[in-house]
Amino acid sequence: MTDISPTPAAMPRTHGLSGSLLTESPLMKSRNAAEARFRSYGIAAIVVALLTLAIMLFTILRDGTSAFFQATLSYPVLIDGAIVDKGGKADPAEMAKVTTISYARLLGDSLIKHLADKGIAVEGMTPKEVTDMISKDAPARLRDQVLADPSLVGKTINVNAFVGGRIDGYMKGRLTRESSANDSNVTPRQLDMADKMIEAGILRSKFNWSFVTAPDASDLRPEAAGLGVALIGTLYMMFLVLIFTLPIGVAASIYLEEFAPKNWFTDLIEVNISNLAAVPSIVFGILGLAIFINFAGLPASAPLVGALVITLMTLPTIIIATRASIRAVPPSIRDAALGVGASKMQTVFHHVLPLAMPGILTGTILGLASAIGETGPLLLIGMVAFVTNYPAGPLDGGFLDPASALPVQVYSWASRSDPAFIERSSGAIIVLLILLVIMNVSAILLRRRFERRW
Amino acid sequence: MYDTPNSTEASVSQTHIKIAARGVQVHYGEKHALKDVDVDILDKTVTAFIGPSGCGKSTFLRCLNRMNDTVSVARVSGEILLDGEDIYDKRVDPVQLRAKVGMVFQKPNPFPKSIYDNVAYGPRIHGLTKSKAELDEIVETSLKKAALWNEVKDRLQETGTGLSGGQQQRLCIARAVATAPEVLLMDEPCSALDPIATAQVEELIDELRSTFSVVIVTHSMQQAARVSQKTAFFHLGNLVEYDATQTIFTNPKDPRTESYITGRIG
Ligand SMILES: Nc1ncnc2c1ncn2[C@@H]1O[C@H](COP(=O)(O)OP(=O)(O)O)[C@@H](O)[C@H]1O
Ligand SMILES: [Mg+2]
Repeated sequence: MTDISPTPAAMPRTHGLSGSLLTESPLMKSRNAAEARFRSYGIAAIVVALLTLAIMLFTILRDGTSAFFQATLSYPVLIDGAIVDKGGKADPAEMAKVTTISYARLLGDSLIKHLADKGIAVEGMTPKEVTDMISKDAPARLRDQVLADPSLVGKTINVNAFVGGRIDGYMKGRLTRESSANDSNVTPRQLDMADKMIEAGILRSKFNWSFVTAPDASDLRPEAAGLGVALIGTLYMMFLVLIFTLPIGVAASIYLEEFAPKNWFTDLIEVNISNLAAVPSIVFGILGLAIFINFAGLPASAPLVGALVITLMTLPTIIIATRASIRAVPPSIRDAALGVGASKMQTVFHHVLPLAMPGILTGTILGLASAIGETGPLLLIGMVAFVTNYPAGPLDGGFLDPASALPVQVYSWASRSDPAFIERSSGAIIVLLILLVIMNVSAILLRRRFERRW
Repeated sequence: MYDTPNSTEASVSQTHIKIAARGVQVHYGEKHALKDVDVDILDKTVTAFIGPSGCGKSTFLRCLNRMNDTVSVARVSGEILLDGEDIYDKRVDPVQLRAKVGMVFQKPNPFPKSIYDNVAYGPRIHGLTKSKAELDEIVETSLKKAALWNEVKDRLQETGTGLSGGQQQRLCIARAVATAPEVLLMDEPCSALDPIATAQVEELIDELRSTFSVVIVTHSMQQAARVSQKTAFFHLGNLVEYDATQTIFTNPKDPRTESYITGRIG
């Protein structure tokens, strides 16, 4: 403090700074040091956060990207009319009687023939070992393709058939010759054959859209499992949640902010809304199970029920965000509207709400974004079920059809024993993250678009 | 010390009473903010409310268009008659009242909409016009009355919040004028403005007097002297003195008024 007191030569004053501006006073030094310290804490915190994010993204991408690629056999197949269309009348009803077993034979025989043509062979390998390399899912896909387009009968088409999950794992390095020694699902000769097929260009890793579009598959066919049903389920749910929460949330917030009398009862409501926002989501799942399924009799596993549960769960968050953005509208705007004779209602709908809209939308989308990853309550209402049929379209009652949801799919794949499903689980996380990024970016864009200054 | 417009003295006595307040009391919760105010506000006259900060000027002004209804803790008692009708009567809708008694606030508060929409808002919600042409007409005359037309006539679709402070306040005046009110209340309309904008608004107030009864709250005694014909001096919630502006400033009857105008009460 000595630097503050005047030196004998200085002007006789008791307060204020004396001394040259060119030298830093000790007090100034410690103030600057404190500032620099605080800034480095902040930077350190941000670096830790970014590093965690980077590590998380890196592991997910490393484990998950391979789920989007699938080892695929490409070879010509003659769609033999004698097998797939015995009547020869190209009658769809007649052709539908042919089962996948016949198609499996067609695929297997064509592969053996193609390998023979190319002169690829492995010592001591039985034909069954060769045909077993083809995924159990491939015949069904070929059958669907032929039934959808009967003109293929009699033609030779190039088929892209998945190989089984073990060979795929071998190509992705998940499975080695050593680790497969005791595996009854794969033989060393099949691995030799796979090496030769790769060399000949018959077997390749291809981008696999059906991972995103196909429904889930059983434990035996990891290569066929896809996210389709879960994705549709999640999109249906988010759509319904948006439709439910926005009007209810906005109406409740407007009432509480602008119209409700300020008394102990509204205080109680306020406290309860904050409490509800903090209630663990699993509790909402139990509530949904009791009310929507057991009491109201809605079907389990339905996106509608999932949406209702998530609506209950996100409403408090959305109401809190909406009220905050309504409160942020300057009171002078309300005065201005009331001052020219607008009614309370007109004031709110002409002035307050448009100004609060960017905040409301951002709050809602962020609420949805956090709800989209919610798993617990969905498990309780049965959305973890193994669903292989797509739900119907939204107008055909699809909201009541059984479906899964992305986070639940992640959970159920991660809990299966085959490592091929673990990879798919990470792939599903990538899809979930992409959805989240889309939602958050649209929140920012909406905010920019509607933002007004006053 | 202050020059008052002598020429208006005669016309003051001829105009009739627009608003008559009798025994008006306002409580904010426990606080007794306004005590037993009696006042007659004349038509086609500028009435100034002066007094130290916190003495209840704004409170009384907001009683005149029932803006205090929006303050939950405020309780108003007494009687305020607009053209002989009690505005606190149960049958009176404050929304309708506010179309007749317009208000301009201390801080310019245009809507974040276009200049045109700002002015057109009042006429629209009150259904004053039948056609777009009529509305255009009202917007133009209101902006002209607010001495803003020449500055904005080429950019009516630009946002009102982009104008300068003085222009914003004149836009607010135009917005208030557009609903064709009978009384215009102004709460320190110049306190956020620079001297040039203040002069423009003051000039405007003098012109508005030909059509409306204007009540202006001001903390500047010079301004009260310049623009008003009648002045009311408030102190600690009491209406101390109400008289012709010239009388208040040259020959106050109450010692508190004298102390205030000579600068001894702040
Ligand atoms: N909304 C309110 N709630 C509680 N007290 C208020 C409110 N508005 C004004 N008051 C009180 O009423 C008194 C008069 O205020 P006001 O009329 O704004 O004074 P002025 O405009 O003369 O400065 C002040 O003491 C103020 O604290
Ligand atoms: Mg005031």
